[in-house]
Amino acid sequence: MSVILELNKVTKRFGGLVAVNAVDLRFEAGSISSVIGPNGAGKTTIFNTITGIYKPEEGEIRFDGHSILGLRPDQITARGMCRTFQNIRLFHNMTVLENILVGAHTQTPSTAWGAVLRTRAFKQSEEAARQEAQRLLLYVGLPRGLGDQLARNLPYGQQRRVEIARALASKPKLLLLDEPTAGMNPQETESATQLFRKLRDELGITVVLIEHDMKVVMNISERISVIDYGQKIAEGTPAEVRKDQRVIEAYLGRHAESTTISVH
Amino acid sequence: MSVHATSTNRFLRIFSGPFGALLALLYAIGVTYILTQDPRSLLGRLLLFSALALIYFIPQRPAVKFLLGAVIVLTVVPTIGLRNPFLLEIGFQVAVFATLALGLNVVVGFAGLLDLGYIAFFAVGAYLWAFFGSQQIWHINEAPGTFTVYPYFPFPAWWFWLFIPLGILASAGTGILLGFPVLRLRGDYLAIVTLGFGEVIRVLANNLDKPINLTNGPQGITPIQRPPLPAFLTTPELLATLSQWAGRPINANDIYGFFFYFFGLLILGVTIVIARRLDRSKLGRSWTAIREDDVAAVAMGVPLRRTKLTAFAIGAAFSGAMGVLYAANRTFVSPETFSLTASISILVMVILGGLGSIPGVVMGAAVVTLLNIDILQSLSLQLSSLRQGPDSIPLLGIPWRELPTQLDPARYQRFFFGLLLILMMIFRPEGMVPAERARLELHEGDAEPIPDAELEGDITPDEKLAD
Ligand SMILES: Nc1ncnc2c1ncn2[C@@H]1O[C@H](COP(=O)(O)OP(=O)(O)O)[C@@H](O)[C@H]1O
Ligand SMILES: [Mg+2]
Repeated sequence: MSVILELNKVTKRFGGLVAVNAVDLRFEAGSISSVIGPNGAGKTTIFNTITGIYKPEEGEIRFDGHSILGLRPDQITARGMCRTFQNIRLFHNMTVLENILVGAHTQTPSTAWGAVLRTRAFKQSEEAARQEAQRLLLYVGLPRGLGDQLARNLPYGQQRRVEIARALASKPKLLLLDEPTAGMNPQETESATQLFRKLRDELGITVVLIEHDMKVVMNISERISVIDYGQKIAEGTPAEVRKDQRVIEAYLGRHAESTTISVH
Repeated sequence: MSVHATSTNRFLRIFSGPFGALLALLYAIGVTYILTQDPRSLLGRLLLFSALALIYFIPQRPAVKFLLGAVIVLTVVPTIGLRNPFLLEIGFQVAVFATLALGLNVVVGFAGLLDLGYIAFFAVGAYLWAFFGSQQIWHINEAPGTFTVYPYFPFPAWWFWLFIPLGILASAGTGILLGFPVLRLRGDYLAIVTLGFGEVIRVLANNLDKPINLTNGPQGITPIQRPPLPAFLTTPELLATLSQWAGRPINANDIYGFFFYFFGLLILGVTIVIARRLDRSKLGRSWTAIREDDVAAVAMGVPLRRTKLTAFAIGAAFSGAMGVLYAANRTFVSPETFSLTASISILVMVILGGLGSIPGVVMGAAVVTLLNIDILQSLSLQLSSLRQGPDSIPLLGIPWRELPTQLDPARYQRFFFGLLLILMMIFRPEGMVPAERARLELHEGDAEPIPDAELEGDITPDEKLAD
């Protein structure tokens, strides 16, 4: 198995705060992994650093065999990595289909001239993009007629799915999902978990989740990395991580009521 | 949706179906009749404009609306314009400002980048033709002032046609020039820097009269050539026939009135088509995406710098051709036209009409331009003619002539804009024709209604978190 994403001693600071502290992470191609840790541990910051939204102060990030340090976020996306956001960031006043079409930006070859002159090539690429967007809409489990709705009018659970469809439209090899089941009820969470597995099994996409729901984490992850105070404190299979003394302390010590690590 | 939408819809429903189309046509014919009786009637002009607005709103197929609109714009206006050339002048100005508003709308409405110096791009186009289409090149070593006007020019008048594309290129280039330094700025900072940029261009126009006299300073450049009219449009026979029709002498200058009206409309039409096509393309979606959430947009692969720069360049390009045309129309260009107030005026058109909405922006431009050059001026004129007469104000009993000149409506131009804007922001902040309305209209045809059961999907909505 080859490594698709590798972080070596990555450090990200905000002023005096070390949000990510010399973190090493490796993700195998075709795996499903989770990054867990208490709130404020630095998980989202790790995603932001990987996707180029933040520049790390130190360390190296390699994706698909090449260093991606210094690349802009859109260039990184073009190389086959895409993500969703913890606090859903859809384009609210665009329709669901248009949202997905923006995700397809790097995959749509049309030019401004083609658009103005309505060339055959433009029409074809536009039509193909629309069909693909419609297909993705269904693929993530959204109803057919949803495409023309404004994104902001959708219920929360559906918005999360649109965000996944939008990310899929960029044809990623690696998908980073930031708390994709937050705010979902148990049935929604269950069907979302099935979707994540389907992405890997059917599309061969490497999936990395930041997740708070321990049932989901233990159920779906092949490997888990645990972050606390910006540092990686443990790593391993679900069974290994569950027994790790530092992990238990990190969770039970400070967040006993809010999060539980016991799973049946 | 809003109360407005439903209440207007009820009124507009009488214009549906073939009967409705006929009704709209009758309305247009009625207005035309009023105008043939009195070509100078302000009421007639307002009704004519209302007929155009009505045609946009009525529930008819686009082809029918287009046909009705074309009849008014291409036949009624020119016919009446033969009798009252002012109507053509208004039409031309509306076309100019609607095009500018559409250009600004690309930057502010589509891409969400607040630009308070937009008029600078119009100035670039106008000064480009002002310099090459006038005799200024012979005076570059002279101190600014009024020069002897020669009966010949350094460059042939037909170069005007060359300078239409050149104006577009020059304005687009200036747009990119402005775009680079402001790429990293947002919101307030962006507004301040673009405002400064607009002023820089105006100040340059004011001061580039030394060391070499390029702009002739505050005095401005004149005369500027107009493109040569084809000979068959100015034959004595044609002019005689037209004079007979119009009941007044028609000369070559009147023919120019028609030329500028039609050519202005053509540029506006092309601009509308381009704006629409871009809006519904990958580039248009990218603009909307960076307006909505630039972090999400860049994370989806939209390059921020390039997308913003194209917005500035394309938005600016729209005003380049109009700048050239405007310079030829006025035969005079001076820095005064390109003040900050002019930039704000165009922004008002965009906001009044509906940010991001193409029909809205055109309508906003028409309303503001009509208020500016027609309605308020006409009211002032009527007031001053009343002041000459012996009559008194009804009910109050005060003679008109004692009314202080301070109450002249034309003096309250800015006041009316302010009032209009405040009222709009209170009662209809999304503008006259909101972008979303236009968007939903677009989809009216292609989406069949979704059965409720299907909409719910397989996941139940979470009421607590859905906003
Ligand atoms: N843009 C930022 N500026 C300053 N501090 C930040 C920024 N983003 C995150 N932080 C801080 O970094 C730490 C880690 O945050 P985050 O990565 O969001 O945690 P998590 O996702 O694990 O809950 C927090 O203390 C947070 O306040
Ligand atoms: Mg987080």
